[in-house]
Amino acid sequence: MTAYLIRRLLWAIPTLLGVNVLLFALFFIVNTPDDMARVHLGVKRVTPEAVERWKAERGYDKPLFVNDKASGGEKLTDTVFFNKSVRMFALDFGRSDDNRDINYEIATRAGPSLMLAMPAFILGLLAAVSTSLFLVFVRATRLDVLGVVLCVIAMSISGLFYIIGGQYFFAKVLAWVPISGYQSGWDAWRFVILPVAIGVIGSLGGSARWYRSLFLEEINRDYVRTARAKGLSETRVLFVHVLKNGMIPILTGVVVVIPSLFLGSLISESFFGIPGLGSYTIDAIQSQDFAIVRAMVFIGAALYILGLILTDLSYTLVDPRVKLK
Amino acid sequence: MSLLKVSNLSVSIDSEQGEVRPLAKVSFEVRKGETFVLLGESGCGKSMTTLALMRLLPDGGRITQGSVQLDGEELLALTEAQMQGVRGGKLAMIFQEPGTSLNPVLTVGTQLGEVLRLHRGLSGTAATHEAVQLLDAVGINEPAQRLHDYPFQLSGGMKQRVMIAMALAGQPSLLIADEPTTALDVTIQAQVLKLLAELQRSRGMGMLLITHDLGVVKQVADRVGVMYAGELVEIADRAQFFSAPAHPYSRKLFAALPEGRRDAGRLATIPGSVPPLTTAFKGCRFTERCPARHARCTEVAPAWHAAPSGQQVRCHLYDPAVTAPVAAHSDDSPATTPEVRAPAESDTPLLEVRELRVHFPIRRGLLQRTAGYVKAVDGISFSLRAGRTLALVGESGCGKTTTGKALLNLTQASSGEILFGGQRLDPHRKEGWQAVRSDMQMVFQDPFGSLNPRMRVADIVEEGLLALGLESDKGKRRARAEAIMLQVGLRADMLDRYPHEFSGGQRQRIAIARALAVNPKLIVCDEPTSALDVSVQAQVLNLMRDLQQSLGLAYLFITHNIGVVEYLADDIAVMYQGKIVEYGAAQDVLRRPQHDYTRTLLAAVPRLQSLAAEQQ
Amino acid sequence: MKPVVLISDALFFLLIACSLIGLWYASRKEHLRRAWHSVLADRVAMGALAVLLLFLGIALLDSLHFRRALEPAAGSTNSEVHYAVELDSVLDVLLHDVKEHKEKTYSAPFAHTLFERQTVERPDGTRGREFPRLKYGAAHLKNPETDKTADLVQQALRGVAVAGAVWLALAAFISAGVARSQRKPFLAAVSATLRGCTPLAWDGLLWAAGLLLLVLVPLLLMADSYHVFGTDRTGNDVFFYALKAMRTALFIGTLTSLVTLPLGIAFGIAAGYFGGWVDDAIQYVYTVISSIPYVLLIAASVLLMQAFIETHGAWFDTPAARADARLVALCAIIGLISWTSLARLMRAETLKLREADFVTAAHAFGVKPLRIMSRHILPNAFHIVLITLVLDFSGLVLAEAVLAYVGIGVDPNTISYGIMINGARAELARDPMVWWQIAAAFIFMLSLVLAANLFADAVRDAFDPRGRTALRRRRRVVA
Repeated sequence: MTAYLIRRLLWAIPTLLGVNVLLFALFFIVNTPDDMARVHLGVKRVTPEAVERWKAERGYDKPLFVNDKASGGEKLTDTVFFNKSVRMFALDFGRSDDNRDINYEIATRAGPSLMLAMPAFILGLLAAVSTSLFLVFVRATRLDVLGVVLCVIAMSISGLFYIIGGQYFFAKVLAWVPISGYQSGWDAWRFVILPVAIGVIGSLGGSARWYRSLFLEEINRDYVRTARAKGLSETRVLFVHVLKNGMIPILTGVVVVIPSLFLGSLISESFFGIPGLGSYTIDAIQSQDFAIVRAMVFIGAALYILGLILTDLSYTLVDPRVKLK
Repeated sequence: MSLLKVSNLSVSIDSEQGEVRPLAKVSFEVRKGETFVLLGESGCGKSMTTLALMRLLPDGGRITQGSVQLDGEELLALTEAQMQGVRGGKLAMIFQEPGTSLNPVLTVGTQLGEVLRLHRGLSGTAATHEAVQLLDAVGINEPAQRLHDYPFQLSGGMKQRVMIAMALAGQPSLLIADEPTTALDVTIQAQVLKLLAELQRSRGMGMLLITHDLGVVKQVADRVGVMYAGELVEIADRAQFFSAPAHPYSRKLFAALPEGRRDAGRLATIPGSVPPLTTAFKGCRFTERCPARHARCTEVAPAWHAAPSGQQVRCHLYDPAVTAPVAAHSDDSPATTPEVRAPAESDTPLLEVRELRVHFPIRRGLLQRTAGYVKAVDGISFSLRAGRTLALVGESGCGKTTTGKALLNLTQASSGEILFGGQRLDPHRKEGWQAVRSDMQMVFQDPFGSLNPRMRVADIVEEGLLALGLESDKGKRRARAEAIMLQVGLRADMLDRYPHEFSGGQRQRIAIARALAVNPKLIVCDEPTSALDVSVQAQVLNLMRDLQQSLGLAYLFITHNIGVVEYLADDIAVMYQGKIVEYGAAQDVLRRPQHDYTRTLLAAVPRLQSLAAEQQ
Repeated sequence: MKPVVLISDALFFLLIACSLIGLWYASRKEHLRRAWHSVLADRVAMGALAVLLLFLGIALLDSLHFRRALEPAAGSTNSEVHYAVELDSVLDVLLHDVKEHKEKTYSAPFAHTLFERQTVERPDGTRGREFPRLKYGAAHLKNPETDKTADLVQQALRGVAVAGAVWLALAAFISAGVARSQRKPFLAAVSATLRGCTPLAWDGLLWAAGLLLLVLVPLLLMADSYHVFGTDRTGNDVFFYALKAMRTALFIGTLTSLVTLPLGIAFGIAAGYFGGWVDDAIQYVYTVISSIPYVLLIAASVLLMQAFIETHGAWFDTPAARADARLVALCAIIGLISWTSLARLMRAETLKLREADFVTAAHAFGVKPLRIMSRHILPNAFHIVLITLVLDFSGLVLAEAVLAYVGIGVDPNTISYGIMINGARAELARDPMVWWQIAAAFIFMLSLVLAANLFADAVRDAFDPRGRTALRRRRRVVA
């Protein structure tokens, strides 16, 4: 188990390195720092001096890989690749293109993001599992058909409509909650409750239907027949035997997103004006701040890889058959 | 005293192909303390009978008529809640696949405890105590520790014992066992059957056992019911049944058995196949395949009659009102002309294997270093001459299939020598193998998995000719394929169909045709008949023997079925844990086994006659 | 008139040609024919198919582009013909009036005046703020306040009558086909068709077509004299825009698969079949790609693509070509990013199939790897490809909207549902609210995605009846 963990963590390094190299290629080779500067300064009528100044201010003026002018180890370290890419491994993300400390922003914005993403994740999981269990319990009845139809309709509606509609109806017409904004501390719930509810409802259709099919698959297995042959009631068959097996793919399937909850949700946060990492990312994309985008991509990839490792670990916790070697 | 009385039980299932009627007016009874065996081939409705008794029919299935009385209580009249009290209590059941029938994520103790709490009201230490007693009773060592185990930690035989313990936990008066040993190895099967018989005797239970294996019937049955196409066709005491099976179908089943038939020539087969259960039957359901049919059979469904030997038969032959045909007909006995075996055996072996080893590395630790090896095949040697059959016998996991694949380099051998026709083949080099690809071919166990469902039969049969560049002309390839189809007893026009349109036996013929297409000298047959019913198995065995005689083929026949070995093998190699523990002429190994394992194996096979008795 | 084939048009036609070849192939392969037959025997699937075919037709009409010849300038002796910079499509021609009926700014559905007061100069010379009459909407009525309702009812009834006639013709046509193939008298065939007692569920198709006709025909008839979905900020007809956006949605949903399918199939099968270092390398590549959050990777790529197009503006002779290049590039980017999940599924299936006895049998004949992969593995794993294709479609249509919202979707000049929704954000904040643009986007998107989802379900049930392969809609976008 420990050996397995260490091996997985070691494997994460080349993967992250791959992510890093891919990003570096995208941002500095396909697109040169000169292009970036021109985009930021306005495409037309840019003097070469302005471009150079813009690059120098942000450290993009150095050579990409090898700095011939520097001496010793600095030949390699005083380069764009080292400063902008390698440093990310030390979780040093530097400054954004408008010269703010990215690490500081991340630290202050992770909280609000979690406040929104965490409850939405937990409640969403609970809602989807209980809905699907209910549908399985009433399977092959009209209620089941109706439920599935509603699920399909719900999942055919873009998430944007849930947000726009919810915001309009509950915040504007009914004025139950503020339309947007955020306050830290206990007051946060007033700002968070609507986006959380929308997040739960928006994902309910797809997840509930998916979990229902997982449970139905379990119901056709031999051990369920055995359980019935033992004289167990249908409720016990469903809630003990089927649930325990069906939850394995569900739980292990959602574990992968847990670390990524830190990143927040892009759309919700920006619609509801919550100062989290999601809206930070969106703003960066919209203002074409490549430094922030690069940082967020790297963090996102790292968290995803962490999620994969946690997924493997979660198998050993919920499935007695799995032993990691 | 009748414990279970089933009368006129009929079941119908709605499916996409229309209404299927897997059970039609089945009536039988199980007496207290007796073992009643339902015997039949696949698709005859025997499993459906057990599910109907438990009222656990699959979705879309319903009992259309009949009555099921357990101890005088009508089960079909109970509410679902009352029925739950009966299931696992008075009426318990064990299933065919112990591997999948236990809940994989609950411990043995939990699963046993459920029954104890539900049917016996036991919990806490009393339940634990009782669970330990039960596990002990089914012969599980260290029962207290096993309670905390999960099913995956137990072997197949142990799982089936746990299933039996779970069934016993409710103190049933009737135990239903649906093919309880089919998924198990022979030696384990013998132990489980013995255990079931003991438990039944000591607890005075009635037992309803389902099987397709005549050997099992002989070993455990008090009385037998033979099922065919959803109907019971014969009910007999064991002695009556084995001395004189009455229904033509029962007799065919006996005649199709390969065991003890070494010199008897061709096996009897049943032409055709079981009719689909969507058919609206008019006359006798066996008519089309019956050697003794007459006009009345297709018109009138036969009633129950008493046979001379005492059993009940559903056949017009025994109708006292009808005198026309003689009840004792002779055409169902196997052909009695013993055939002369092809003497074209040369002295130089076609295949010689020396010290063959197939080791799979086990990787461990941080760097996944090879920590050891699974020695699947561990230094075996044998030889095979043209026109002969060598049977490689052993239980699952003994390395016999790996050996077969290593011979064709489908699995890479770790070391050893393979000489084919005097030519040395190196498992680590590609050269040389392509040249012998047409000489050595393979036929697989699963007739459903061995043919690509997306290819037409023509493409399947011609694949080898094309890949090996033996026949580049399209027309000639087709002609060759047509000729081979006829040779394996199929029609040339079947070439344009897809595999799913064929039955298991037909598919196995196609698989043989595919191998034959490239004119091999040796065919490795990996359990080619073990997925087939007895009557179909007989067809395939006959075909293989015919082909051997006409083409001088050598077979390496991999199997666990001693009956088939007796029928087909010239020599036998018994494998155990990757090694050959006994190797010799078939008669010697079967009659005078030297190694302990061979003796255990032979003793475990449920047989109709003992080998010793045959010798006399 | 000069026909113009945009890159996306060419790709779209290529895709349609591929699908037609695929259908022809499927009709010759028995197992595929059977599976498709059971899809089409499903009433819901047939209904969904009717909707999808209609939308596909709209997109096709909107993909036949040309540049209009300009009138030679007065006094010009040069015989050379000049062409308009603007691209027209056949759909534009068909809906010419709707397209050209531009108002000044917002107007509500079926309105006869603008939505907001404007400062106007009255005939008597005074100035005042009032709701000016629309240039085109209800312009044929003298007294819209009193006559509009009657006129609307009349037009609607006429539309219903036309729809009914078309529907009857369609029903008769289908029944005639059923009568021919089943050798029944015509009337019996009509009754069988309408009751759904035919091998293929023509009734599903007919009822869905009936519903569509009943809604669309009256709307189309009225669109000439009214703005049935109102007008947007610059006075464009929203109904027209909603129809035009169908092309973008369908393109994003389908063109992406031109990239994902070859990559996913080739890499997935190769990884599963060869194992060893090939497997390691392919797995490494797709772990790297899939470990980057979907939206962020698209964002990064699109930002770069945007910068690229901006710096190479000279390559594109019209704004339309430029917007089109961006659409194609977006599809390519999404495709390059999302082949990984198909590859993963194909790899898993290949690992299973590699051990199948029929593959071992092929090895025993020394069949070459390429042939084993193409003859034995791909045909047996193909249901995964097909199911992924139809399941991904709706996800991509939904993703387009979100990407457009984030500002990394199609070109702002392209007409798409995402752009419409994005614009609606500001409109909803107005008081009184401008709701019709988002309503139109909602209705059209929901119809498209719902139809696609229902059809996808039928396809999955038919091709993978036991749900052996764990295929599901991937959640593409964090909402």
